[in-house]
Amino acid sequence: MTTPSPKNTSLLRPARPVGFTGYGAYVPRYRLPAKEIARIWTGGKGGTPIKEKAVPGLDEDVVTMSIEAARNALARAGIHAHQLRAVWVGSESHPYAVKPTSTIVAEAIGAVPNVQAGDWEFACKAGTEAIVAAMGMVGSGMADYAMAIGMDTAQGKPGDALEYTAAAGGAAYIIGPAEDSVAVIQASYSYVTDTPDFWRREHQKYPEHGVRFTGEPAYFHHITSAGQTLMEAMGTTPKDYKWAVFHQPNTKFPQRVASQLGFSPEQIEPGLLVTTIGNTYSGSSIIGLTAILDIAQPGDRILLVSFGSGAGSDAFDLLVTEEITERQGKARSTQDYISRRVEIDYAEYVRMRGKITMK
Amino acid sequence: MEIARHWRLKQQRYGLVGEVCPHCDVKIFPPRDVCPECGGEAKTLYTFSGKGEVYSYTTIYEAPAGYDETAPYTVALVKLEEGPLVTAQLTDVDEESVQIGMPVEMVTRKLRQDGDERGMLVYGYKFRKST
Repeated sequence: MTTPSPKNTSLLRPARPVGFTGYGAYVPRYRLPAKEIARIWTGGKGGTPIKEKAVPGLDEDVVTMSIEAARNALARAGIHAHQLRAVWVGSESHPYAVKPTSTIVAEAIGAVPNVQAGDWEFACKAGTEAIVAAMGMVGSGMADYAMAIGMDTAQGKPGDALEYTAAAGGAAYIIGPAEDSVAVIQASYSYVTDTPDFWRREHQKYPEHGVRFTGEPAYFHHITSAGQTLMEAMGTTPKDYKWAVFHQPNTKFPQRVASQLGFSPEQIEPGLLVTTIGNTYSGSSIIGLTAILDIAQPGDRILLVSFGSGAGSDAFDLLVTEEITERQGKARSTQDYISRRVEIDYAEYVRMRGKITMK
Repeated sequence: MEIARHWRLKQQRYGLVGEVCPHCDVKIFPPRDVCPECGGEAKTLYTFSGKGEVYSYTTIYEAPAGYDETAPYTVALVKLEEGPLVTAQLTDVDEESVQIGMPVEMVTRKLRQDGDERGMLVYGYKFRKST
């Protein structure tokens, strides 16, 4: 029922070619080492899925982090915020249950009032879903520029496997006409089914997950289906791509899915950030892409495949343009953000993440 | 509940938007519609670069109501590149590393919540060490 044949699938390709006019990343400066979490919950025994994760400061949330990434994207695009026709923020940690993150971000960057604004949710692929919507908006000619952000301050239940990786960070992209882009979006393809691998019910503080069920039927099936279908339809093989980046819930999953699709460790290395910043959920695959764009050369072809629980994957075929060289240095690089690192212990983490009941 | 005040101040708080005097080009923050230099009307909006340096600072241990959850924190007088002196929290800094003359840049952060956990979130400018 849910397995489409490539014959009746079609790539998303707007009538007017589009691409990324600007991009910007944000990672908070605090780091909680995985071994520190293991010290608290397992007596330091057992392996850890990553080295350390990024933790937001007491005054940071998806609004403030999105504003900084958005400002970086605007700096690289070299456009005024008034030229944006949409500001969309994908996250599963919007600070309000009711009241848009996107209106605050749009106001702060100066994009109001002639703008669409809205918050997107699709577990970890809310950001790429917003990118696909922005492709439609710019590709139809209704708008010249639209901003799509994927940003999270992910929640992990104390002592749960996800606490090791649930991190903070993300990226903002400005989708614009292909002729004003650092990377042209040659096509995208999305693969979506109802798969209950991970969820958080209304009013619950922490998410639940299907343990091993999150692997084969969820993460691996959706990413390989989206990636393979896109490559088949484009007539490409992994050798045609200089770089690839996949959703990164831990270090092992993206390494294994890359190998299943036929990509080498070298192709995914610059975009594999999970080991040092953790899983930034809606920001995960797209902040990996910012690190690749920071070092990309004109002519580099990139495969991006996101994954969101619930479940689905968006795959993109990107071609880097001559514009990249000039725009890379116009904002802080992703590696700059990663290197401003302040290590914290579990007690500081518990305070920063509001896990202490004060009343 | 101070919803109307937070709403009225949002532009200056989120983006350091002040005014510039059309008569003598003095940059004004916070906006006050009258130039403090020449006394002329000054209502032209001006977005500050966000760059400046620490003029003076102190660390708050006994925070006023609404700010106690983030104490201790450092508050500074920041001399903006364009002239005005503003009072703001420093963020992402270690107290011992703060110095008079330290170059800083504006970031938009969460200032506090209005009232308790049911109240609106208030965002605004803070400054961090610039690199």
